[in-house]
Amino acid sequence: MKKIIVVGNGMVGYKFCEKMVAKAPKGSYHITVLGEEHRPAYDRVHLTSYINGNSAEALTMAPVSWYEEQGIDLHLGDAGVRIDRENKILVTQSGLELAYDILVMATGSAAMVPPIHGVEKTGVFVYRTIDDLDKIMDYAHNVKKAAVLGGGLLGLEAAKAMVDLGVEKTYVIEFAPKLMPRQLDDAGGAVLRSKLTALGLRVHTRKHTYQVLGRDKVTGIQFVDESELSLDMLVISTGINARDELAKAAGLPTGTRGGIIVDDQMVTEDPFIYAIGECAAHGGMVYGLVAPGYDMAEVAMTHIIANHLEGEKKDRTFTGFDMSTKLKLIGVDVASFGDPFLTADKAQHVIYEDKVNGIYKRLNVSLDGKYLLGGVMVGEASQYNNLLQYYKNSMLLPESLDSLVFPEQKGDKPAGAGLAALPDGALICSCEGVTKADICQAVKDGNETVDAIKKCTKAGTGCGGCVPMLKDLATMTLKTMGKEVRKDICEHFTYSRQQLYDLIKLEKLSSFEEVLDKHGRGDGCEICKPVVSSLLASTLNEMILRKNNDTAQDSNDRFLANIQKGGTYSVVPRIAGGEITPDKLLVIATVAKKFNLYTKITGGQRIDMFGAHLSDLPFIWKELIDAGFESGHAYGKSLRTVKSCVGSTWCRFGLHDSVSFAIQIENRYKGLRAPHKIKSAVSGCVRECAEAQSKDFGIIATEKGWNLYVCGNGGSKPQHALLLAQDLDSETCIRYIDRFLMYYIKTADPLTRTATWLNKLDGGIEYLRKVVVEDSLGKCLEWEAEMQTILSQYECEWKAAIEDPNIRKRFSHFVNAPDEKDPSIEFVPMREQKRVLEWQ
Amino acid sequence: MNHSEFINKKDINWFHACQVEDVPHNGGVCVKKGNDQIALFYFARTDKWYATQNLCPHRHQMALSRGMTGSAGEAQEPKVACPFHKKTFSLDSGKCLSGEDYHIKVYPVKVEDGKVFIGEHAITGNVEIDKDCLECAS
Repeated sequence: MKKIIVVGNGMVGYKFCEKMVAKAPKGSYHITVLGEEHRPAYDRVHLTSYINGNSAEALTMAPVSWYEEQGIDLHLGDAGVRIDRENKILVTQSGLELAYDILVMATGSAAMVPPIHGVEKTGVFVYRTIDDLDKIMDYAHNVKKAAVLGGGLLGLEAAKAMVDLGVEKTYVIEFAPKLMPRQLDDAGGAVLRSKLTALGLRVHTRKHTYQVLGRDKVTGIQFVDESELSLDMLVISTGINARDELAKAAGLPTGTRGGIIVDDQMVTEDPFIYAIGECAAHGGMVYGLVAPGYDMAEVAMTHIIANHLEGEKKDRTFTGFDMSTKLKLIGVDVASFGDPFLTADKAQHVIYEDKVNGIYKRLNVSLDGKYLLGGVMVGEASQYNNLLQYYKNSMLLPESLDSLVFPEQKGDKPAGAGLAALPDGALICSCEGVTKADICQAVKDGNETVDAIKKCTKAGTGCGGCVPMLKDLATMTLKTMGKEVRKDICEHFTYSRQQLYDLIKLEKLSSFEEVLDKHGRGDGCEICKPVVSSLLASTLNEMILRKNNDTAQDSNDRFLANIQKGGTYSVVPRIAGGEITPDKLLVIATVAKKFNLYTKITGGQRIDMFGAHLSDLPFIWKELIDAGFESGHAYGKSLRTVKSCVGSTWCRFGLHDSVSFAIQIENRYKGLRAPHKIKSAVSGCVRECAEAQSKDFGIIATEKGWNLYVCGNGGSKPQHALLLAQDLDSETCIRYIDRFLMYYIKTADPLTRTATWLNKLDGGIEYLRKVVVEDSLGKCLEWEAEMQTILSQYECEWKAAIEDPNIRKRFSHFVNAPDEKDPSIEFVPMREQKRVLEWQ
Repeated sequence: MNHSEFINKKDINWFHACQVEDVPHNGGVCVKKGNDQIALFYFARTDKWYATQNLCPHRHQMALSRGMTGSAGEAQEPKVACPFHKKTFSLDSGKCLSGEDYHIKVYPVKVEDGKVFIGEHAITGNVEIDKDCLECAS
């Protein structure tokens, strides 16, 4: 049995173990791992998420128990200090003398600290390990101004962490003339800079830091040009140094810029010592990304199995690695692939720049125009995966490059059309080195969901960038196998939402229990319960808390209010179109004062009252309803608000009375439940003050009537609404909205907003227009009648709730002490109002 | 399986939580026990009762009693989803089913004459072993 010692327990060291366990002949080897840190290997790529509350456990690659289960001896908090190559013994810090047959150096790298005076002062940190982050988080409490030294990939990650920590002013200091100098060309760097500046980061380039100021504690930094910047904290993130000192002391050659020199099999000068990851130098290069590290682990493993363990004789070489990368920096997409810097004598440039939206793209195309050699994208990078495939597989470029430069247009083509053209060997997941053929085979072997593919092939478990492609590949493969792609809601119902809608309607089912009895199994769950409840509401529109349906509602629907941090609820009465009388404002003020609520104006032109105890909700609503208010359905997957601009009644530009129309629309569709929330707006002229084009359906006044836009979305993936029909009279406009909403309600998947629904709709907006405007399905009359039935059933849910003693009694925190409030809720004062204590 | 079936019920100190009709079908309520809060659930389809701590260990919110109940897996293990971030927990073992290392306390429950009683102390890991033995014996 060969004794293998892995020195270092970082991501790459761990990956080596994982690969060995999976591939090496059992019983032929034994692995001992030394880890300098006190915790097992964790995901450094997503280190910043630790600041946002992701736990150390969640970042862990595998728990200590995993090593035990695999028979691996894991020594944490211990490092190698001397290699006795002659006798093949590794001496550790704790004094152990471990004999080895094969030594795998995976010592990684350390943060490079440039030679600046005073870096030892309190308040100066590096950004590399969880311990570093703990120290930074501890120190950041009273920090108002922080600077990150280094404007590269890691530096900008660290800057994001500062922003997330709530530091008021965050500076990024870069020595080079631009941000991300290794990945971006000048123009790309400039666009990124202006985007980050707009987001509140203060960027200084061409700054050569001379010394850290302050007696014991950092108070600022001084630059070589003698300018100064006052600071409370400094985070250094200027790059990495390979941890090659142990190998160097043992006489192994290292590169001029550091790193243990290895050949194409990751073998060092000593045939029994390998080096992988950031501590290795291959072809003069130290790779600071995880994907090449994983590839090195694979190569080293293959070579060890073939040459030392008498296992499968495979041949794999490491031939350098593509440093292509795509990431989201503080909300800005940045990508760089191939050679981004090729000059005009070596490549033709295709450049697209949109200064208004901060988008810059550059493609370097071979002089004959046939192949893609590299490129840069800032601000929009949805085509990255596609472009990377053209580059990596040397695929012939299409004649027109428009489709590669501009973001994919919705409805253009079915998802994954480009995937079919990829060669089998195309690398889909570069982190784990998984090819298209691997993934398609996994799907054919029965791994039909993304989760199953991840488990089987490990694709998508690194940076996660390829997950959308996994989904498309699965769909594509299943289609070619002639298999129906199942859209079951969850394990309790083998139906899609659309199928279940038809069943419920056909059989006139009216409660979750009935639907579960007839068509499901088990007790249901948090996925199917809200879906079925929403379908029941969309077909019958009965008060949702009756017939024991209360516990089948999503948690917010169950209490007709949105649960907030700390366990209190918010109260949002309907203020249709955003129009409210002074008297009603007085009512809101009185109620908020009486029940000690925090008040805020919402984005949808209404007033939100926060901090209501569960048991106060019925009393609050009683007062509001008595004063003429109704539920605003802010808690439901239903119509929220119809925003409006002030329109022709007051505005000198207004063409029509947008407020009246907005109120009419909001009152028409209030209480209508749908697969997801629905938002709308009406603008009185083309200036679009109501922002109707960001709504699920938006209406804009024209000289001749109304233009109707649909399927817009704000939120995390903003998308402009598309014009469905123009110059409509009010009545036709409402008819089209009826049809549009019914079609959406009947066919969308659960929790799918209209924008995503349209993106998946074959034929896109053209098809939708045929259905809604031209009635190509011949269903429109039926839908309009159904809509009329649903809307005629409307009642204010809160009015019904407070009038029904059985429903009302559910609004108490303790079943055995209904008058007591939850004692764990604590408030603290803030700007003359209150807030809840921050959660842990 | 309801734990209370396998523990010698005489060894447990019970306290009266509420009446059967106070608890909604297929949902939960929160029971005050001194300074403690216990979430009590009734599964009407199987006529089973479950009790756990009310505190969700993820963000330390007193919320599990307001969560959606359901079942998971081949054995249809009973579970609850926290209303805050939908972390789910087994009502049998207290284990987090959303792939994280959380664990919640689980209490025994019994019903007599329309009254619901909850055990003073949470069921510990050892009892679960006893439970298996009892299962074998029967």
